[in-house]
Amino acid sequence: MVEIANVSRPAIWPPPVSKMPRHPAIVRISHWINALSLVGLVVSGIAILLAHPRLYWGETGTVGTPSLIDLPLPFVLTGQTGWGRSLHFLTAWMCVGNGCIYAMAGLAARHFGKGFLRYSALQRRVYLTVVFVLFPVIIWTGLAMSPAVVSVFPGLAILVGGQQSARTIHFFVASALVVFVAFHVAMVWRAGFAERTWAMIADRGEGT
Amino acid sequence: MNISRRKLIGAGLATAAGAGGLAAAARLADGRGLIPPDRYGIYGIGETLTYASQRLLTSRHSMAREFSRSQISKVFPVNGNPPETDLYERLLAGGFREWRLRVDGLVARPYSFSLAEIKRLPSRTQITMQACEEGWSFIAEWTGVPLSYILNLTEVLPQARYVVFFPFDQWWDSLDMADAWHPQTLLAYQMNGEDLPTPHGAPLRLRVPRQLGYKSLKYLSRITFTDSLRNFGKGLGSLSPEVGYAWYAGI
Repeated sequence: MVEIANVSRPAIWPPPVSKMPRHPAIVRISHWINALSLVGLVVSGIAILLAHPRLYWGETGTVGTPSLIDLPLPFVLTGQTGWGRSLHFLTAWMCVGNGCIYAMAGLAARHFGKGFLRYSALQRRVYLTVVFVLFPVIIWTGLAMSPAVVSVFPGLAILVGGQQSARTIHFFVASALVVFVAFHVAMVWRAGFAERTWAMIADRGEGT
Repeated sequence: MNISRRKLIGAGLATAAGAGGLAAAARLADGRGLIPPDRYGIYGIGETLTYASQRLLTSRHSMAREFSRSQISKVFPVNGNPPETDLYERLLAGGFREWRLRVDGLVARPYSFSLAEIKRLPSRTQITMQACEEGWSFIAEWTGVPLSYILNLTEVLPQARYVVFFPFDQWWDSLDMADAWHPQTLLAYQMNGEDLPTPHGAPLRLRVPRQLGYKSLKYLSRITFTDSLRNFGKGLGSLSPEVGYAWYAGI
């Protein structure tokens, strides 16, 4: 944590007012849609998980078979999975659709070129990991839990060691993304929360 | 604020074109069976996107994975209790000799099958996964008659769009014709080589391995074919959406 803080410090601390980032509308809109869908995904993911907070490895797993991890959560809090799954899928569609539009707009505007270099080496590594490892893996393992999708692409489940393995990986990648978002918010906080948040809403710093 | 008139007209036209396009797309999708009966409300958007994309992806041809005997689980949990109606308990006590499966609706030859008659039909045995919506799962071997065989035998009419299942309790559910015709959709009377145990849906249950476990209804009593689900319950295709669960559970 200390190391991360030291590395990031020269890049964003203290925030020089003249260098407040300016975000085009597409970035600002997609950022908040993304934030909203991630909140929905986490809340609904927890609602689904609470019905069976036990993780397995392999194809199958139930009470009475060995688990990989028993999460320290109230067991079998059922009845929350219906809306949980509906919200999870609605926000997953939002997240994926939003991500596609953002990526296309970014490519069209060459947003991913030089602009990316203003981030520190550590930030770059983390962002690349999130975009090119965590997102694809969480979508993969989400689809690998779908019996219909797996009937078309059996490899989705087989390559990760089975459908319960996919569920377990999905949980850990989701946890990693939550940690990433927590760091992201902490960094924004250190750099000046109100100002940076306002910049992401209205393309200008507070009071300017 | 100076939004020019031209911009305003442009935005208005774009919105109208977008709305019109969406309405046309919705009509087209409905005609092709890509819109689920529980399409309403904010969650209906997600359910529709999921159902439509999976139907375009899977159609009738993709097969749920089948496993080897060595992969059959050791534990087979169940949710819910057997029906507590007098009728079911009497049939159970009589070894289901008096039990019948009524098949009616949009078929040329409605029929009531006895268990012995169903067991004489060509059977299929498959080792598939039962995945519960709660997160747990098991693999077992099921034997039964493919539902498609019943469709042929009773000569289902071309206007049938859904098949509705009624068990001996208050639950009911339905499948679209893609799943009804699917070769792995079974009316199963055996599990792991034995007569279906009572908690697993004796004497006859549905098996739909391309969807989550709750679509595989137990304790079947009647099957009916229809062109519309509007007159069944609240018209959402199943009791599931009425209590907050998706009609389509291919996930």
